[in-house]
Amino acid sequence: MESEKIKKIEENEEMEIAEVPEEHEEKKREVAVPGDVIAKGANFLPGEGARREGSEIIAERFGLVTYEDRLVKIIPLSGAYMPRRGNVVIGIVKDTTYNGWLININATTRAFLPITEAKSFVSKQEEPSSIYAIGDMLVLKIKSAKLKGIDLTMADRGLHRLEGGMTIEINSNKVPRVIGKLGSMVNMIKTETNCNITVGQNGIIWIGGEKIEDELLAKEAIMMIAEHSASGGLTEKVEAFLKKRKSKEK
Amino acid sequence: MESNLTNRRIAEYLSQGKRFDGREKLEYRNIKIETGISKNAEGSARAKIGETEVLAGVKLGMAEPFTDSPESGVLMVTTELSPMASEKFEPGPPSKESIELARIVDRSIRESHVIDLDKMCIKKGEKVWALFIDIYPINDAGNLIDAATMAAMAALLTAVFPETDKEKEKIEYGTFTTKKLPLSEAVPIAMTFYKIGDSIILDPTVEEEEASEARLTIAMSKDKKEEVINAMQKGGSSPMSEKEIFHIIDSAEKEFGKIYKTFEEQIKSK
Amino acid sequence: MAYTKRVDGRKANETREIIAKVGVIPRADGSAMFAFGDTIAIAAVYGPRQLHPQFLQNPERGILRCYYDMMSFSVTERKKPGPSRRSNEISMVTTKALESALHLENFPNNVVDVFIQITQANAGTRCAGINAASMALAHAGIPMKELVGAVSVGQIGGNVVVDLIKEEEDYEEDGEKMATDIPVAIQLKSKKISLLQLDGKVKPAELKKAIEMAREACEKIHEAQVKALKEVKE
Repeated sequence: MESEKIKKIEENEEMEIAEVPEEHEEKKREVAVPGDVIAKGANFLPGEGARREGSEIIAERFGLVTYEDRLVKIIPLSGAYMPRRGNVVIGIVKDTTYNGWLININATTRAFLPITEAKSFVSKQEEPSSIYAIGDMLVLKIKSAKLKGIDLTMADRGLHRLEGGMTIEINSNKVPRVIGKLGSMVNMIKTETNCNITVGQNGIIWIGGEKIEDELLAKEAIMMIAEHSASGGLTEKVEAFLKKRKSKEK
Repeated sequence: MESNLTNRRIAEYLSQGKRFDGREKLEYRNIKIETGISKNAEGSARAKIGETEVLAGVKLGMAEPFTDSPESGVLMVTTELSPMASEKFEPGPPSKESIELARIVDRSIRESHVIDLDKMCIKKGEKVWALFIDIYPINDAGNLIDAATMAAMAALLTAVFPETDKEKEKIEYGTFTTKKLPLSEAVPIAMTFYKIGDSIILDPTVEEEEASEARLTIAMSKDKKEEVINAMQKGGSSPMSEKEIFHIIDSAEKEFGKIYKTFEEQIKSK
Repeated sequence: MAYTKRVDGRKANETREIIAKVGVIPRADGSAMFAFGDTIAIAAVYGPRQLHPQFLQNPERGILRCYYDMMSFSVTERKKPGPSRRSNEISMVTTKALESALHLENFPNNVVDVFIQITQANAGTRCAGINAASMALAHAGIPMKELVGAVSVGQIGGNVVVDLIKEEEDYEEDGEKMATDIPVAIQLKSKKISLLQLDGKVKPAELKKAIEMAREACEKIHEAQVKALKEVKE
């Protein structure tokens, strides 16, 4: 019970850092393509994914149009992962250097975990490869994300090497939907499938359960969300799907 | 992103006899074949196994025969692993993988004698038909070898000769006869078995391919009511035991009829 | 004897039937198919991704690399597999046609790769390729100012027409080639021209008329591209 509570708190810690569009869940939004006029008039301001041209606001990304008061922006449905400081991500150790590890987190720049940011106390005699080996999957946090490179850390609570379970990959733009408002969606899936789930902001998700069938059910639910992220009423749909599937198995 | 954790889970689940997508170990995903998908080709086809998609085309030309077979047509099979099909493929000259794929399909076709190259002679010692089969995977969702062979065979089975001038000196490209190529019943089907841990499966997904350590392709055809093996190719970095290989040979014999029937039904329905 | 009626009965400003679909290659980051009648192009986008080797990287912005090629069997006489001089040139002008519509400032040292294949050819292939690539880039989530549309215009025996087929490109009278082929690509919001080539013999006034007709035809192309993108199931 205690460990479950800690897990929930850790998820909420992720929430504070992640951007979870508040109204994203329930409304059905309009799809825009680059060049579309999505708003007219001096009242509106262009947000992310949009620009102003004279009196018009023009979309510059393929995605969903959303209004926040006067701000018109695009929620992308696709595209590369944009790393931000504080993001919790899942990555794989690609290579070891004399002072740390090169990690693949599906970002467009190199990501590096210095040995000083590793989990356990490290004596100066230890080789990085004896702590984390190539191929290890880690839950890390982004300490800084600059165009030159990304610095990672394992030094915070909730960051660790992954064991067991399986990982899946979705587009990073769908992650907020998988997490849901204040973690509502992912927590519902955890409860219904009896699995631990760690969602990386970079779109890599780890699922760990007692039975592989449970993990596969959670995977199915997550892929469903990723496929229908533009729809409304998604939490109810996914919950209904999970309950129905579980009752079939009985 | 290739994940050791997922690889282990796949092997674990397989040791219970189960696959992530619920299929049996030797079960193929949905096979869908369309022919005549490219009008300028003498024969063409699109083969889909699950989401894996391969296009193949047959083009005819005229050539000088090889000196040691002055009455035989010439067959050439090429494959391009276009980078559009997978982020793992790089632009540039044909990679070893693409050459291997082409050669497996080539041997399957040649050794089955499904095409009677001796009936492709125009003027003995001087001019013969040249048969080009070009294969283009366009989406790699696992199991390209089997899909490529099906696409190539479907294109061949529906191909026709082009029109030539009266003296058969040259081809009038763009115009076609209704005369099919001289083909026999021995249509080769490739079945590539993948080893994951102690389990052997057919038609892997991308994840399953990544979890596997070796593969063995067996191409079979029906030669006058008897099923024969025309080509084999082992790939992957791990060796296989004799027991495993015998198991694969038995499985190939068992599954061939079923897969061939599916293939035949798909071709006939167009 | 002038070319007054088009071989397939189309009007001078009419394109062939347009078919546009997005998401045809699931493994790619973005993908699309575009057809002008018998001419069919498919495009797949991978990126932005890290660019190797390092000396090709641009530290100020990401680069776009387009690779155009035709499948060997897409044409009447088999084309040898692999890039030719022609496909290299088309790859380059395709890259230029699309580059200026993209926002790659946020991806220094990265590359966006676009792979275009023609599966069936009846003239207008580079334009079909650009139309497919434009949709695939949007589908992949690449930040773009606008979509790009392209169409081949030209003149045959003094008549300005849109979307020439091969028979029209090859049209001869008394052994003399009578057709001029003019591929045009237009950025669809700003209406700026990002690709313009010409092959043949044309009067300046005819050329201006051809470009105007290209602009109008591109509006139909734009409609088809937008519809295909909005219909895609994620």
